[in-house]
Amino acid sequence: MSGEDATDDQSAQNPSGGMPGTAPDDRPHPDGRRNEQGIRIDPEAEAEPRRRTAVVSALVEHEPGVLSRVSGLFSRRRFNIESLTVGPTTVDGHARITLVVEETESGIDQVEKQLAKLKPVIQVGEVDDPAVRAELVLLKVRGDRPDEVHAITQMYEGQTLDAGPRTITVQITGDQQKIDDAVDAFRQFGIIEIARTGQTALARGDTPTTPGEEPGHSTQPPEDPHSAEDSETTDTTEN
Amino acid sequence: MSERTVHPVPHDADEGEANATEPTEEPTESAVADSNEPNATTEPTADEPTTGAQSLVSTLEAAGVEAMFGVQGGAIMPVYDALFDSDIHHVTMAHEQGASHAADAYGVVKGEPGICLATSGPGATNLVTGIADANMDSDAMVALTGQVPSGMVGSDAFQETDTTGVTAPITKHNYFAGDADTVGDMVGEAFALAETGRPGPTLVDLPKDATLAETDADPGRTETPDTYSPQTEAESDAVAAAARAVEGAEKPLLLFGGGVVKGDACEEARQFATEHGIPVVTTMPAIGSMPEDHDLCLSWAGMHGTGYANMAITHCDVLIAVGCRFDDRLTGGVDTFAPEAEVVHIDIDPAEISKNVHADYPLIGDAGTVVEQVDTEVSPEDTNDWGAWREQCSSWKEEFPLTYDTPEDEPLKPQFVVEALDEATDDDAIVTTGVGQHQMWAAQFWTYRSPRTWVSSHGLGTMGYGLPAAIGARFAADDDQQVVCIDGDGSFQMTMQELSVAVRENLDITVVILNNEYIGMVRQWQDAFFEGRRMAAEYDWCPEFDKLAEAFGAKGFAVDDYDEVADTIEEALAYDGPSVIDFHVDPGTNVYPMVPSGGANGKFALSEDQL
Ligand SMILES: Cc1ncc(C[n+]2csc(CCOP(=O)(O)OP(=O)(O)O)c2C)c(N)n1
Repeated sequence: MSGEDATDDQSAQNPSGGMPGTAPDDRPHPDGRRNEQGIRIDPEAEAEPRRRTAVVSALVEHEPGVLSRVSGLFSRRRFNIESLTVGPTTVDGHARITLVVEETESGIDQVEKQLAKLKPVIQVGEVDDPAVRAELVLLKVRGDRPDEVHAITQMYEGQTLDAGPRTITVQITGDQQKIDDAVDAFRQFGIIEIARTGQTALARGDTPTTPGEEPGHSTQPPEDPHSAEDSETTDTTEN
Repeated sequence: MSERTVHPVPHDADEGEANATEPTEEPTESAVADSNEPNATTEPTADEPTTGAQSLVSTLEAAGVEAMFGVQGGAIMPVYDALFDSDIHHVTMAHEQGASHAADAYGVVKGEPGICLATSGPGATNLVTGIADANMDSDAMVALTGQVPSGMVGSDAFQETDTTGVTAPITKHNYFAGDADTVGDMVGEAFALAETGRPGPTLVDLPKDATLAETDADPGRTETPDTYSPQTEAESDAVAAAARAVEGAEKPLLLFGGGVVKGDACEEARQFATEHGIPVVTTMPAIGSMPEDHDLCLSWAGMHGTGYANMAITHCDVLIAVGCRFDDRLTGGVDTFAPEAEVVHIDIDPAEISKNVHADYPLIGDAGTVVEQVDTEVSPEDTNDWGAWREQCSSWKEEFPLTYDTPEDEPLKPQFVVEALDEATDDDAIVTTGVGQHQMWAAQFWTYRSPRTWVSSHGLGTMGYGLPAAIGARFAADDDQQVVCIDGDGSFQMTMQELSVAVRENLDITVVILNNEYIGMVRQWQDAFFEGRRMAAEYDWCPEFDKLAEAFGAKGFAVDDYDEVADTIEEALAYDGPSVIDFHVDPGTNVYPMVPSGGANGKFALSEDQL
């Protein structure tokens, strides 16, 4: 294929090194189209892909750096992450990472697949709607109306962790809506500081939280104070 | 999250500097000194103490590593010391970037992970470009980096860099070797992980105390970790469904991606194409997976791919993509990519399924295995007659030939040089390239017939890849297989210091510079999209590359005229050692066809006024 054909009109017109052949607009072109996700569409009927919130649970090997690998994955792939919680499970050397993401359907699919690709990740699954979910919040409010603070705390089945003449700190656990409501309710007292953990979740009943997850057996009872706290958090959940 | 335990190894902050002739005496180096006794081997025996470094080297030897590429330095010295007693050929490179590209290309040609090594800090960061390059192209590679002693990690010690942090996003996985006992296993696992499933680079960061300290651990075994078990065979229901789609197609097209080459699936893929008479396009990394002179082969598609490949992609109705990740340089805008095709996507990496282009028939598994599964399932009796479609594809070949203008009075056309080189070399010659126009011409005007003969930087597009890649390829290639680097003047200048390595090792490689005194691809874009404002694109300050080659001790040639081309190529190829031909080519030549970024494949421009 050398330059024999190059003397034809096309190249003569294009001394900058053009090639022969039909011009772009004179070629046949199909009518079909794909959307942003590369899905074939009916161009008239296409709507913007909808985002939804998904809770994704990843069982991981509890080794140094695993959290930074996961968060690094999220930032470099520009996944829209709302919260991330992590804590050990009953299996030695395993931890569970619970992520809340807001993405399109194919974005959620990618979140799961990209997570599964990481070497320390053992299993990944989306925790579907009927799951048990909970979040913990610590709220520090001004201490000048202790009775009212106490009443609101009780209303939300919370606990007072610290109370003094100037500040009161309470803990509330529950689903995201409850936490949001509680935070709103406490605003009237003047919230000084707030710390939220982000949601954590488990599948209901016999359904494993990540596919094929085996019930974990710890060789020893948990010595780690976090493990104890973890189970307490789940216990207080009601929804 | 490093441990802050204090290790007994004192660290001399000066050791990494130029006084390598006078290595600092460290108490624990006695362990290393032991290995310098006559007849000391790296084979660990029950009664002989082994260091972490020695177990590392034994692991590599056991894995069959023959050559590795690197640069010395303070934190990696124990590993080098262990290599002193090994038969593994260590190629000292001029720059660590050269080491990582050489290792990458070595791996591509050989089909085994290439190994590069570097010291901590600047050594490790210099490897980064090559690691990122390997990552984007799914090339199996193992990078070994020295690190400051673990007790000093996190203190901003001399030549400390958070190497695992820096390389986490560009490796398949990386490791921090905590102690001498684990070094061998980690390196073995890194090796296995690099080549298993979807290949990629892995890295082991080696704090000096871990390589210096003694261990009685056996050499590490090359086994992948438990959490990594890629699926090899696709589910039979899915295969059957995909096969029905193929049978029912009117205009089926096979798209071979780099995975066909990396997965050693060329034979199965070719067999499937020829048995059923399905036309084939490849991606750029898959060049050579289908012989380009085969009737069914439409060469490669994408931004500068052939017009006929892009026409076929645009008009097919079932696209069977094997081991490809639908990169934007291939697809253009996804909205117009194979817009009427149902997609059968075969890939070992589930995350590639429907990442960029939705897969109607996802088939997860090893390329060769799954192609065979589909092949068996597609029944020729039930398929449509694809003769008309094949004819259509052939007519596109005639309508959009790859040609160029060669008036003898004009400056040399770069395409002519590529064709002349192709003609002068054997069919199985290996081509490496830099990145730019020359890379595209090397891909367009050379007829590739075998996998692993096209070695280029695709996903990352790294200028400077060509020369170190030629060095790596040379070590992996058969002795009688020619290695040619087709380079640009800009790309060559990024890593030309590696010529010293080629001279020292007396490597028979031929570097062909298509010297247009521009970073030509940039100039082409400036002319097309920035109103000809050639900001920072002129390279009229290039050295005389033939003289430069001679200065390094290589053979140098300079060529301006058509009638010198063939003879000079002949002479350079015949020269037993590295040679460089500086071809002064037409600075105004541009690469066509071209699908502008995000454009429709079927609307490729054949000249600037069509953009
Ligand atoms: C390391 C690196 N820096 C910058 C670029 C951007 N770039 C892409 S092509 C190109 C021009 C390459 O020039 P040259 O190597 O002379 O090849 P030519 O296009 O002239 O054939 C540049 C600067 C790149 N790909 N890689």
